[in-house]
Amino acid sequence: MSTATPPPVSAAVAGVAVGEAAREDALPRKKRRRGSAAGNAAKSVTSPWASVIAIVMALAWTTPTFGLLVTSFRNQADIQETGWWQALSTPFTLSNYSAVLSGAEGQPPLTDFIVNSFVIAIPAVMLPLFLASLAAYAFAWIDFPFRNLLFVAVFALQIVPLQIALLPLVTMYQNIGIGGTYWSLWLSHSAFALPLAVFLLHNFMKEIPASLLEAARVDGAGHVRIFFQVLLPLITPALASFGIFQFLWVWNDLLVAITMLGGNAGNGSNAPLTMVLNNISGTLGNRWYLLSAAAFISIAVPVVVFLSLQRYFVRGLLAGGTKG
Amino acid sequence: MFATSVATITAAGTASKLGTMVLGLAVFAVVFVGILLFASLFKGRVGEKVQAVAFVGPTLLFISIALIYPAILTIRRAFYDGKFFDLNFGSLRSRGKFVGFENFQLLWTTPGLPEVFRNTVFWVVLVPFLATAFGLLYATLIDRARGEAAAKALIFLPMAISMVGATLIWKFVYFYNGDPGSNQTGLLNAIITKLGMDPVDFVGNAPGNTFALIAIMIWIQAGFAMTVLSAAIKAIPDEIIEAAKLDGVSGLKMFRFVTLPSIRSSVIVVLTTIAIATLKAFDIVQASSGGKLGDSVLANEFYNRSFVTQQPGLGAAIAIVIFLLVMPIIVFNVIQFRKDA
Repeated sequence: MSTATPPPVSAAVAGVAVGEAAREDALPRKKRRRGSAAGNAAKSVTSPWASVIAIVMALAWTTPTFGLLVTSFRNQADIQETGWWQALSTPFTLSNYSAVLSGAEGQPPLTDFIVNSFVIAIPAVMLPLFLASLAAYAFAWIDFPFRNLLFVAVFALQIVPLQIALLPLVTMYQNIGIGGTYWSLWLSHSAFALPLAVFLLHNFMKEIPASLLEAARVDGAGHVRIFFQVLLPLITPALASFGIFQFLWVWNDLLVAITMLGGNAGNGSNAPLTMVLNNISGTLGNRWYLLSAAAFISIAVPVVVFLSLQRYFVRGLLAGGTKG
Repeated sequence: MFATSVATITAAGTASKLGTMVLGLAVFAVVFVGILLFASLFKGRVGEKVQAVAFVGPTLLFISIALIYPAILTIRRAFYDGKFFDLNFGSLRSRGKFVGFENFQLLWTTPGLPEVFRNTVFWVVLVPFLATAFGLLYATLIDRARGEAAAKALIFLPMAISMVGATLIWKFVYFYNGDPGSNQTGLLNAIITKLGMDPVDFVGNAPGNTFALIAIMIWIQAGFAMTVLSAAIKAIPDEIIEAAKLDGVSGLKMFRFVTLPSIRSSVIVVLTTIAIATLKAFDIVQASSGGKLGDSVLANEFYNRSFVTQQPGLGAAIAIVIFLLVMPIIVFNVIQFRKDA
């Protein structure tokens, strides 16, 4: 979790939280909306103040983003002369966006890097999903020697900060000829994601009633058929929540990309948006008309993913696990 | 004509990139389906064993090669000198010189690094406590309020944004115009000058810039704290609250003596999780100044020492220090959880 994104819940809550999340979903909507008596009681006394503080906090949390968003639609000259809060007296423009997308002030066009970010993120989500769903199934439902020991070992690897594995990986990739390629990024992101993915999916798979699997076994189904026909359909929400986690994580990552690509964010490189953003934040100094538009282009995708799939994201968060 | 050729190159580049992605996805899918097909060939007792190996094996193998083995190499690298990081990596044959704990001594003898440790302490203490406090405050205030979901999304949204993006957003808030007499276009300095004070270069000068950057991390993490703690508050049984009410407990007392003890374990989990995320976060410092303005932290020095100043032995030593700092937090977390369970 470098990455702003999913500051993941610690492993410790997981067992409990999965159950909670499941229960919460099971409750009828009306009942959930009632909320808790605790919050209610706390609020009833402090009510006017409570509202004021909550509104102040909400403003403090949204104003910075809003300010930069407004700025991204203003002319260069206006940005330098007046604050964004005076934007209504000046015209709005889309030219900043077209400037960064097509390349301005000696910067490579941003469109290339949007493609890079997608090309990096999608396989880096799929590979850990494939591998972890298989491993999680075996840990949950196949009996084999050292099962618990191995599961605890995988689980414990979540505490390894990715910094400690990063440098040798760069050389290992170079030795097998995939240094600086998308493959190096896919494999790295997958390796760092696997401990959390196995843990998360295992917890969801364990929740499925054993009787369902027994019934399938009695019908003569092997593990492969049970995995496909019984389990996969049932854990789709879990797959979705891990998938979103991982997508946001990879999309927002800077450390893995900058390390694997040797800091090369120039024209024609494999760099994701975050790397370009990091670069121009230094080189473009205070040319906010470009910085603001570039920032919003990189923010748009995760925010849309997040808002449309928030339910799965929160569920994944509560089901927890730490991530390197 | 120039523009057209650039567009053609870009289009060709995009097509080949997408081609690589499809190829990658195809390879991963073939591996996945191959494992399943292979596993389905075996039946009975033997089949059970083969299937276990086929399902778990690839993950264990992958983790061993791409996570455990490199981690061991890094630990080994910390005891060798040499300028380029590939001297001791990738093969067990070493060309660097064994230097014992010299790289670890550099941690406090290198100019600038003691300040890095000091800054890291500020980060790891301030971010978890303040982010949790803000998250808990907000979760309590908006619980059961109208539009709760929307109110939550406002605070939660920064979590979807990359730390680089968040840093840019805040650099703009902190923006300082050194030209006297000209308009301050950064929000904070505009407010400060309106109040008749001199503008401040928030991210330019140590030690103040560390706190300006810490505020960004708090802004990001408060939403996480809020989400988890809000779920914990809702899970408190109504009977407990009703009983306390009958005893005449209300308001802040209710919060202090009923709510807070009930969600204690969740609070600890949130604190420790944010502390770990904070220890590993390098993006904010990197995107702000790269750590050149006396605002560096350990995670950023790991990158700087490994790549920028070409001291990979020192970089490896810093990675180990991060690992050693993260470990007790997680152990504490697990012990705490065991006690509660």
